Amino acid sequence: MFDLISFIPRAIMQGIPLLYGSTGETLTEKSGNLNLGIPGIMYAGAISGVVGAFFYEQSGGTSGFLYVAIPLVCSLLGSLLMGLLYCFLTVTLRANQNVTGLALTTFGVGLGNFFGGSLIKLAGAEVPAIVLSNTSRYFSATLPGADKLGWFGKLFMSYGFLAYMAVLIALAASYLLKRTRVGLHLRAVGESPTTADAAGINVSKYKYVSTCAGSVVAGLGGLYYIMDYTKGIWSSDAFGDRGWLAIALVIFTIWRPNVGVLASFLFGGLYILHMYIPSGMNLAVKELYKMAPYVVTIVVLVISSMRNKRENQPPASLGLAYFREDR
Amino acid sequence: MDNKIPAVTMRDITKRFGSTLANDKVWLDIYRGEILALLGENGSGKTTLMNMLSGIYFPDEGEIQIDGKDVVIRSPKDAFDLGVGMIHQHFKLVDVLTAAENIVLGLPGKLDLKAAAQKIREICDAYGFEVDPDQKVYDMSVSQKQTVEIVKVLYRGADILILDEPTAVLTPQEIDKLFTVLRNMRDDGKAIVIITHKMHEVEALSDRVAILRHGQFIGDMPTKKTNAQEMTNMMVGHAVTLNIDRPEPENPKPRIEVKGLTVRSMDGILKLDDVSFTAYSGEILGIAGISGCGQKELLEAIAGLQPVEAGSISYIDDNGGREELIGKDPLSIQQMGVALSFVPEDRLGMGLVGNMDIGNNMMLRSYRSGRGIFTNRKAPYKLAHQMVDFLEIATPSVETPVRRLSGGNVQKVLVGREIANAPSVLLTAYAVRGLDINSSYLIYDTINAQKMRGVAVIYVGEDLDVLLELADRILVLCGGKVSGIVPGRGAKKRDVGLMMTKLGGKSDE
Repeated sequence: MFDLISFIPRAIMQGIPLLYGSTGETLTEKSGNLNLGIPGIMYAGAISGVVGAFFYEQSGGTSGFLYVAIPLVCSLLGSLLMGLLYCFLTVTLRANQNVTGLALTTFGVGLGNFFGGSLIKLAGAEVPAIVLSNTSRYFSATLPGADKLGWFGKLFMSYGFLAYMAVLIALAASYLLKRTRVGLHLRAVGESPTTADAAGINVSKYKYVSTCAGSVVAGLGGLYYIMDYTKGIWSSDAFGDRGWLAIALVIFTIWRPNVGVLASFLFGGLYILHMYIPSGMNLAVKELYKMAPYVVTIVVLVISSMRNKRENQPPASLGLAYFREDR
Repeated sequence: MDNKIPAVTMRDITKRFGSTLANDKVWLDIYRGEILALLGENGSGKTTLMNMLSGIYFPDEGEIQIDGKDVVIRSPKDAFDLGVGMIHQHFKLVDVLTAAENIVLGLPGKLDLKAAAQKIREICDAYGFEVDPDQKVYDMSVSQKQTVEIVKVLYRGADILILDEPTAVLTPQEIDKLFTVLRNMRDDGKAIVIITHKMHEVEALSDRVAILRHGQFIGDMPTKKTNAQEMTNMMVGHAVTLNIDRPEPENPKPRIEVKGLTVRSMDGILKLDDVSFTAYSGEILGIAGISGCGQKELLEAIAGLQPVEAGSISYIDDNGGREELIGKDPLSIQQMGVALSFVPEDRLGMGLVGNMDIGNNMMLRSYRSGRGIFTNRKAPYKLAHQMVDFLEIATPSVETPVRRLSGGNVQKVLVGREIANAPSVLLTAYAVRGLDINSSYLIYDTINAQKMRGVAVIYVGEDLDVLLELADRILVLCGGKVSGIVPGRGAKKRDVGLMMTKLGGKSDE
């Protein structure tokens, strides 16, 4: 029997890092920056939080507030730096965005594993992992009453605060893009920077701010994954390929963060489907199930390009550097 | 009029791009209640000068005064604040946004599209525009987009308007409408600058002309006191004859016969509907029509680039032998002597590779002719040198990437290459799009020379006046159908214009 009540919360928890990643990437892409460094940035966001939490736990801190604030601030700073690096290379120096993004991903993953490995050494642990159970306790604290309200509590209240924040940020990003002047300007920058520039919009500023904001949001996905989903356990390559899945999710949601809320849960579900479907001892079948999110993305790409509606296309100048006096 | 204070005074404006001097100590006065035509060849620095007034570029030297006060314009926003608005040649609109969203783009304050729509309607009523605030830009015709651009600058309260080649893409009827609106705005006390190449428009519309040549200010004068010949001479720097030759076709024979040609686009839209005509050797067949009426599809179908739904295209050689072109691949059609030079809106889109130099672009046509696995590099570079000399292409060298050349020069490379192939059929579309008068005449002469050689020329043009002077016969397309074929000699602009908008050209009046 398929256990929906236990499956759905697991799917949602799998989906939250993807939601952070895709909201961040959507914000970035709307400014015309195709940031393929998102997987690396999520690693950087995670490891920065882990480093902060590790030293606070080592120092024997007791403040609940600091247990949340230190990893959070560290993570924000870590991913912000990555975002700034990306912007400096692609906006100021106008380097190729694909190359920069891919390099940033490789760099971020390596950075995570390097510092992760160093901490493991410092901690002198016997298993190759760091356990931050004190910090994780605060991050994964559920809403009060989650376990008293039966299935309702389990479905809606059994998550840490970062999960609720992910949904709020996604909805806020949607509102920003659709209804505000800043959003209108941002869309114009991504569609046609020359037009935006001629209209008096500071293109570089919009690219910098939205890309850095996007990186910070994406970095939170990494933090959530470590502090809440894995209950504070960091091990090398733990985060896996979720960053790529987040980028796929951007395409799946046709650049709409509000759609991303449900879509990320769907992706999360597809991602863990293989654990819930009895496949016997045949591991090959499990691998096939793991492909599901990517297959769905390809199907969406095919459908959205067949329908060829202009609003559903990627921002027109996505991936292109802008230089005002260029011919 | 003489003792009026100028709305804009530009003094000793200089702008360099690398080693190129785009503007050299230019003086310019712009008055309110007056339409100023800014004339000059391609690359003479008209657009650069106006871009400095609208804040896209920043002058290296010189000063700008608005209403007698010194100003510094560092960005388009500064320009708007001073009441300067520019309508660029390539529209600065975001396709996926609506008219209203485009119009309020870049303005501060809370986003209130309802209030914006209201204000847009008021502006439209005042000057006689038609704009639907909720229409998406990608659904609009070129003329509608231009209207949105004009409303956009008026919405910002601009009273100094600059229009960069506003008529290049409009039909004669749309041009009349635009001119009426511009006159309305002039009578309302706004200062208007239009940049154009077309002499008759200068004469019809402007009150004053200012002329630039090679980045230098040559002079200005009231339009009434000058004429097209004098203005052209000032622009070019020497006397130019303004008549396009039209030699009688010699011994015309059918060369291309198109029957019942029907073409559908990828999305299933009917682009050409039952088109039939014959193109003769030694003759220029002009094709007129509002842009996007199937001109591109017609040429591409002949060149073998466009799948055809129905109909036939026959190539008839000198001895009367017929060959069907449909079903052949572009390469074999090309080898039969059918050359296509299509100048798309962005000029580089088809036929040239922007990052390759002139010589290598020549080679795109000849790379198969080398011996063995090596290509013959000498011949194309020799050809490139000849072309640079003959067509007066302004380039540092033949090794310069084509992308770096100015638009007009890019076009010369493209047209020159196709002609150098010694074709028997020359298909050309928008060969002089955006070219200045001197270069245009060079191209007309080249095309005429081909015609005298006995080449069947199919010339798709956007400037009706030129078509009427150049073509032996004019085929008018309207919505993918043949609206009529008229002899070029004695054809009336008005009639052709009507045929462009209506099948057969019968008006209801």
